[in-house]
Amino acid sequence: MIAEANSGHPGGSLSATDIITALYFNILRHRPSDPEWEDRDRFILSKGHAAPALYSALARTGYFPVSQLATLRKLGSPLQGHPEKGKLAGAEASTGSLGQGVSIGAGIALASRLDHKDYRAYVLMGDGESNEGQVWEAALFAAHYKIDHLTVILDRNRQQLDGWTEEILNTDSLAEKWRAFQWHVIEIDGHNMEAILNAFHEAQSVLEKPTIIIAHTTKGKGVSFMENNLEFHGMAPNKEQTILALQELSA
Amino acid sequence: MKSAKELPKELPQKWPMGKATRDAYGEALLALGHEDARIVAVDADLSKSTKSNLFAKTYPDRFFNCGIAEANMVSVAAGLASCGKIPFASSFASFLLCKSFDQLRMSVANPNLNVKVVGSHSGISLGEDGASQQSVEDLALACALPKFTVISPSDEVSCKALVHLAAKHIGPVYIRTCRPKTPKLYSDQETFQIGVAKKLIEGSDVTLIATGLMVYNALLASEILKEGGISAAVIDIHTLKPIDETAIISAAVATGAIVTIEEHLLLGGLGSRVAHILSQHKPTPMVSVGINDTYAESGSAEELFEKYGLTPEHIVLAANQVLKHKI
Repeated sequence: MIAEANSGHPGGSLSATDIITALYFNILRHRPSDPEWEDRDRFILSKGHAAPALYSALARTGYFPVSQLATLRKLGSPLQGHPEKGKLAGAEASTGSLGQGVSIGAGIALASRLDHKDYRAYVLMGDGESNEGQVWEAALFAAHYKIDHLTVILDRNRQQLDGWTEEILNTDSLAEKWRAFQWHVIEIDGHNMEAILNAFHEAQSVLEKPTIIIAHTTKGKGVSFMENNLEFHGMAPNKEQTILALQELSA
Repeated sequence: MKSAKELPKELPQKWPMGKATRDAYGEALLALGHEDARIVAVDADLSKSTKSNLFAKTYPDRFFNCGIAEANMVSVAAGLASCGKIPFASSFASFLLCKSFDQLRMSVANPNLNVKVVGSHSGISLGEDGASQQSVEDLALACALPKFTVISPSDEVSCKALVHLAAKHIGPVYIRTCRPKTPKLYSDQETFQIGVAKKLIEGSDVTLIATGLMVYNALLASEILKEGGISAAVIDIHTLKPIDETAIISAAVATGAIVTIEEHLLLGGLGSRVAHILSQHKPTPMVSVGINDTYAESGSAEELFEKYGLTPEHIVLAANQVLKHKI
């Protein structure tokens, strides 16, 4: 898909793929044939550059034909470079400008509470994204209003565009930071499906607190030459690399 | 020292002193809360100033104080709107538009969400607090957001009516309110439509096109001009986007000379919008009155209007200037 578009973010899409797969195939209460179903859980891809991972999940669960994935980033396609609500059924927010998803998710979960509904908001953010001040405004807000129907998953792949997160802007001790903001914190291996599902189930049982799942992941997961390779943050693979990557991923 | 809350002191009887537009907003929001359970409000620790506190007291379950965190507030409002709520997000105009512009852009405008954004203490009429609180660029910023409707009421009656209309309008709306009490320009029975300007005074020599508190100054200028034998029409552009092109072009055709007046930077506000329309449809001599590429400073509203060129006398000078160029 990214090779077809000849641009995009393979690394951060692959690090988040296991989490997004768990959400769309197991956790989210959603109806692909009725994307506006008002009681659905909402998933916000706050790290909008991982759009290919979201689009794959939406296609594979039936929101649109899998063949449409080839139109990623092409003129007129609903599959924009970063997700846009209103252009694509299933995109719950317009993201790509980092930092806004946790706040949007908090608003969604508040609406659920106001209407005495049970739908939940799930937000996937990046670790580089936690550089953004708005994330911490939202962290204060969701804890203050005890928004327990908000679950954030932090894709801790330890890399951002310019390099390792600890070198660009030290984001270490993330669990301690979120605990200090009065969130329920779960740390897992973000590529262990059982651990991912258990974490979501634990989050659903937490009352009066928002939950953050810090998922330790590998950027470019599943493709040997992309794993932890900074080059593939925002670069599409060439033809040979694509064939090799697809072989490794399907192995 | 003159108080910023009483401008100007001597009022012609036909325009008695009324409430501040922010007070009118607070009352309208409270009334909306009663009418429609979907109305919710968020504020950024300024609810006593923006007047969303009236709603907060009556509907505490539907009010969320976000603390001093405008970016989060706007995105929270977007989340609420995406689930069918009609959120009103209030703060000072300068903080709302400048601190949360990206959130207005991507959380709200891009997905065309039904969020109402209300910026109080706009312009320089808030006075003594100085440039950091004065909002001289909010209209330009709001008009730059695709899908947004932009409203700038001139008095309490129009403000109340337009807040109600904004709540019924589906889509994002920015409403600009002001701190000082202002003269009442309309009767309580007056009706309004978003995007349809109001002609307050008929005239044949020149048209004064104003928005917000400057509508009153334009009315005073029109009285002064009348004494000098110049017949000046006055139009209240309460909606900057979509702007009433028909009213503007008709005024250009009828009077052949235009003065625009706004409590805002000259670039990107009412004057720029009117010039854009006239240059395409009816090139007409015009002069713009507004703040010329600068931040203002502390002082009373009257002192600031004088120093930054927004008094009725400045409008009269502009009218005389444009009349010299009238074809």
